[in-house]
Amino acid sequence: MTHLLNIFAPESTPAKAIIDLSVVVLSITAVIFVVVASLLVYAIVKFRATPANADREPAQVYGSTQIELAWTIVPILIVVVLFAATARVIHAIQDAPQPPDAIEVTVIGHQFWWEYRYPALGVVTANELHIPVSDPSRPRPTFLTLLSADTDHSFWIPQLAGKTDLIPNRINRLWMDPLRTGLFLGQCAQYCGTQHAKMLQRVSVDTVDEFEAWARAQQEPAVQDESAMAGRRIFETTSCINCHTIRGTAANGRFGPDLTHLMSRATIASGAAEITHENLRLWLKSPDAIKPGSLMPAMNMSDAELDALARYMASLR
Amino acid sequence: MASNVMAFQGARIEAPTWGETLHEWVTTVDHKRIGLLYILYALLFLAIAGVEALVIRIQLMYPHNGFVSPQVFNRMFTMHGTTMIFFFAMPILFGFGNYLVPLMIGARDMAFPRLNAFSFWLSAFSGFLLYFSFLGGSGLYGAGSAPDVGWWAYAPLTARAFSPGPSTDYWTIAVLVSGFGSIGTAVNLIATILCMRCPGMTLGRMPLLAWLYLTMCGLALIAIPPLSASQMMLLVDRYLGGHFFDTQAGGSATIWMHFFWIFGHPEVYVLVIPAFAFISEIIPVFSRKPIFGYPVMVAASVCIAFVSTSVWAHHMFTIGMNSYANGFFAITTMAVGVPTGIKIFNWLATMWGGRIEFRTPMLFCVAFLFQFLLAGLTGVMLASAPFNWQLGGSYFVVAHFHYVIVGAILFCAFAAFYYWFPKVTGRMLSETLGKWHFWLFVVGFHLTFDTMHVPGLLGMPRRIYTYEAGRGWEGWNAVVTVGAVIQGVAILIFVFNLVRAALTGPKAGNDPWDAWTLEWSTTSPPPEYNFATLPEVRSRRPLWDLKHPEDPDWKYE
Amino acid sequence: MTHLAGTLEIEPRTLPSKGKVGMLTLIAAESAIFVIFVIAYLFYLGKSLSGPTTAILRPPIFFTICLLSSSFTVHLAVVALRGGRRAPFLGWWVLTFVLGALFLLGTALEWKHLIGEGLTIRANLLGTTYYSLVGLHALHVLVGLVLLGGVTMFALLRKVGQAEAEKVDVLSLYWHFVDAVWVVVFTVVYVVGR
Repeated sequence: MTHLLNIFAPESTPAKAIIDLSVVVLSITAVIFVVVASLLVYAIVKFRATPANADREPAQVYGSTQIELAWTIVPILIVVVLFAATARVIHAIQDAPQPPDAIEVTVIGHQFWWEYRYPALGVVTANELHIPVSDPSRPRPTFLTLLSADTDHSFWIPQLAGKTDLIPNRINRLWMDPLRTGLFLGQCAQYCGTQHAKMLQRVSVDTVDEFEAWARAQQEPAVQDESAMAGRRIFETTSCINCHTIRGTAANGRFGPDLTHLMSRATIASGAAEITHENLRLWLKSPDAIKPGSLMPAMNMSDAELDALARYMASLR
Repeated sequence: MASNVMAFQGARIEAPTWGETLHEWVTTVDHKRIGLLYILYALLFLAIAGVEALVIRIQLMYPHNGFVSPQVFNRMFTMHGTTMIFFFAMPILFGFGNYLVPLMIGARDMAFPRLNAFSFWLSAFSGFLLYFSFLGGSGLYGAGSAPDVGWWAYAPLTARAFSPGPSTDYWTIAVLVSGFGSIGTAVNLIATILCMRCPGMTLGRMPLLAWLYLTMCGLALIAIPPLSASQMMLLVDRYLGGHFFDTQAGGSATIWMHFFWIFGHPEVYVLVIPAFAFISEIIPVFSRKPIFGYPVMVAASVCIAFVSTSVWAHHMFTIGMNSYANGFFAITTMAVGVPTGIKIFNWLATMWGGRIEFRTPMLFCVAFLFQFLLAGLTGVMLASAPFNWQLGGSYFVVAHFHYVIVGAILFCAFAAFYYWFPKVTGRMLSETLGKWHFWLFVVGFHLTFDTMHVPGLLGMPRRIYTYEAGRGWEGWNAVVTVGAVIQGVAILIFVFNLVRAALTGPKAGNDPWDAWTLEWSTTSPPPEYNFATLPEVRSRRPLWDLKHPEDPDWKYE
Repeated sequence: MTHLAGTLEIEPRTLPSKGKVGMLTLIAAESAIFVIFVIAYLFYLGKSLSGPTTAILRPPIFFTICLLSSSFTVHLAVVALRGGRRAPFLGWWVLTFVLGALFLLGTALEWKHLIGEGLTIRANLLGTTYYSLVGLHALHVLVGLVLLGGVTMFALLRKVGQAEAEKVDVLSLYWHFVDAVWVVVFTVVYVVGR
């Protein structure tokens, strides 16, 4: 699938409002361009030096107050119109009230992954956001609270909303009400360090039923798979538990992504690789092979340990 | 050098040795030589930063390319931006200012010749300091190399915690020192323009170039210090345990952004106003008419400088300011387009009814007008804050500002090269090579920077070392890269033209373009003392008055 | 150049002194640096998460009087030199130096007290912004003292006379600037900020 990030294919109210405004802006700038460029072309054609007029200097004109006034006043009027259109949309998007049944998600930006917490639902996940579709007749938008654990990041899903930054020691807000289901892509839009390029985002807009089913599944503690106990033991006795949380186990670290339902996601390392068994094992063996400069260290484990651990990861559905 | 020296009978004049020539250039306080030092220095860094751009473009030609590692890529875009702004654009514009301003106002040198030399050597040192980071940046723990924090060095990415090792400090100190050099030159140019004009040259009779450099230096005086202050604060944070930008201690990341852009936005006007200065001298000469609306041009330029100090947070529309702040910066940014548009119309009106000669300088001017118009219009799009929430931080912005810096400023610099090269060297550049340079560069420029807007509209953020396939970005990126290579070739032709003409070009004489300002009244190149006797002027075009005694300008001004 | 009938007369004019223009433009740039430090100081007032508060700051009244009077003495020195009176010039000039040095001494004493109270540059936001702002000003005072000292040396070598009055006046502009900055810093730190 291509063009999943086209700003001119909005699928949510704020994105649509932006595009509606852009039509006004683009129309005005297009007219200005055509007028001025035409005059320019005309001037360089009509007033070029030819053998016929080669010997005379043209009339030396120094200025004209009326013309100066004209081309001062018209641009000022254009600015007024543009600003009026702009101010309306700024207000409509930024000052939109939050309805009581809006989905609330807290987004915490990390180097180089996304943490998603749904405080009202008790759900914590990473990198892949699930939100319900919003019916235009009874809108149910999602309101995001944007925080950062380290440096500046920016949340940008072009088809759903304009971007807003995640800045440490600052609380930002963003809302979107996706008007159709589907998968929407984006990525971090503010340079945050070595792997800024691989801080990808996947937003799954689900039907209301799908969303509620997903939330319920996410609320459950981790699946206890007996065949993966060896891997779990390695996980709990290596420093993995210092960075990661797997609910229902001793692991409650918050530096890295919550892994409780790792296999409910389509990718690992914030979109850097698909969630296949090989990639899981490779990531555990050498994160730099997939995402050089990511903050997950290579744990120097033996092949047997890696196999067991990968099997454990694969069991976290 | 020997063309205007009288020969003495029986005297033996020996050519200086290499050592003596080098010593002369290193210790010179002559504004013309210092100007040339700035320009040559800038051309060197243009080449280096151009290579960095090519590395970036090759890496981005197709998705998941492995041409360079992410660490190297991040250094490339940081160094490319920092070098182009501080070690190409500022020096070349100060270089032209240094060379031209005293000549055009009928003075023998700048107000403070030794400060002039000191400012140059400060800036020169700082450029080499920045590049020493490739060698010295690994410091004691092998933790770094060249800086990789982006040319805006946002906090807290620049904090010790996120940027260990000295690479960030190379950025900080090199740019800080070069800022002091720039302030020194700004002080010098202002004092020169205000205090050393020749008799009869009131402020209202100065060439527009002098007005525009006066404006640019005034703006630089209040725009560069905020950057210096921020960098001092960053050093306090990194070395003295300070908390200016330490978010863990309650500090603010956004205050760095405000301070930086309070510098950063006026800075781009500091860069573009001298470009306007060149155009305002060149277009009239090749249209065979005086500049249309001189007083309005002065007023518009000063107005642009003032308004430009109020727009800075349009670089920060996405940081979550409230709707009133966003609205304020949207309207001020749109407002600065008004005086800018007025200038475009005045240049157009200068050409209107004229007799336009399309020599190479004028070709670059005409391209500038189209390109600056387009750049301004994409600027208007970016000024509309909600539209900015989509366009900002993406390749649309990268396309926009390169349209201004390359399509407007660099094109004006090329025009200035072709126009004033004869005065500086006494020889003409080749028109044929000039036209090759021009057309190849225009093709490469548009191939790269027109195309570059599209990936931005398709969601491609900036400063990414690679990207995913299947998003529709690949084809456009490949085209962008091809254009970059073509521009590189055009620049090589330009450099070849410069070198060959300087050595063996046809003699230019004092006034090859039949122009009207004072620099054309002296020899090419001018003697060290500029003028045999200080000129007296009675109008804005003293040479027009001389050439047309029956119809002097002062009758109409 | 042939003399043209009906040539426009060139009006006589006096252009400003380049020393003054140079110093004033430098002062403008320096002021811009100070403005940023002042903004940072004001912005961070009350935002420190821990550590000493502005309650421990003691307005240095005496040393401020010293510094501000030194503007008066340097002015008298310049007036004396313009009148060609070298001895009074040197006297007022050296007094200016002494008053400036006293001010720096006062700053040092104040910092010793504050460090004792636990306020260092790394203690909290107040510490960082206070020492940076006051320290930047003190650095400018120190540079001023070096310049004043240099002129004193030249004066003792009998090289500073009426002909140098213009240059000395330009230098005194810098000293006035340093004092003016202190008025602002004092107001921001010890009046507005407490």
